[in-house]
Amino acid sequence: MSDVVTLRYDVIPGDFIKAGEASSDVKKKLMDIGISPDVIRKTAIAMYEGEINMVIHSLGGYAEISIYPNEITILLVDNGPGIDNVEQAMSAGFTTAPDDIRELGFGAGMGFPNMKKYTDEMIVESQPGIGTRVMMKVNI
Amino acid sequence: MKPRDFLGMKEFNVLCEGNNLDREISVPYCCDLLSVAMANMPAGAAWVTVMANVNTLAVATLTDAACIILAGGVSLDELGQKKVTEQGITVFKTELPIFEAALLVHKHLNG
Ligand SMILES: Nc1ncnc2c1ncn2[C@@H]1O[C@H](COP(=O)(O)OP(=O)(O)O)[C@@H](O)[C@H]1O
Ligand SMILES: [Mg+2]
Repeated sequence: MSDVVTLRYDVIPGDFIKAGEASSDVKKKLMDIGISPDVIRKTAIAMYEGEINMVIHSLGGYAEISIYPNEITILLVDNGPGIDNVEQAMSAGFTTAPDDIRELGFGAGMGFPNMKKYTDEMIVESQPGIGTRVMMKVNI
Repeated sequence: MKPRDFLGMKEFNVLCEGNNLDREISVPYCCDLLSVAMANMPAGAAWVTVMANVNTLAVATLTDAACIILAGGVSLDELGQKKVTEQGITVFKTELPIFEAALLVHKHLNG
């Protein structure tokens, strides 16, 4: 277990800059330890989409990345408001993002589909009023 | 073709040389929707967009783009300029509309 590296970042509602810096930091650290560019790209994009969802749709929380010998896990946990219908939220094109978010280039309802596309495993658990937990895995 | 080749082209002005001047460009890619770009933009792309906010810069880094080309006369604000300098992102701007800018890159890429 001594091989495991864990990175943790706070995610703050409305703070796009911090979210971008966190995934850029993960990218840099993965490059430093010699992970392949393809795995880095997948991990960084999946993490960023998850963070952006927390920035836009949640009350904030944290992102935790763990690097194991054969896989990278990305855990995103927020403090609410939760998602009423996870299946619907995960379908391509579904969005509740307001216009001002769409003007920034987000809110195409493709965040969850992207996270699914770029990871080997994804589990979304959500409890309305409590929060959302997204667990993703990228094989190395 | 490399971003360095844009330095000598009258249509393009460099906003930040960044770390990628000598990176081989795979393809020009056009899209202003960030999630769509993250879904489809190949690594090494010359990303032509009119979306010039800090999120665009993050997406360029995460998708491993060769450079950003801001089209249609769009430019970076002060914060954006600071970010690209800090992060070594290679950025150009052009007065050309998106399609023409991408077409120009395409022509140079394909001889
Ligand atoms: N962390 C979250 N907390 C609450 N709702 C969320 C969260 N993440 C996603 N959602 C909901 O799921 C929808 C779809 O998310 P996504 O596929 O990323 O598309 P987009 O973010 O572009 O709307 C969002 O519009 C939002 O309603
Ligand atoms: Mg999203």
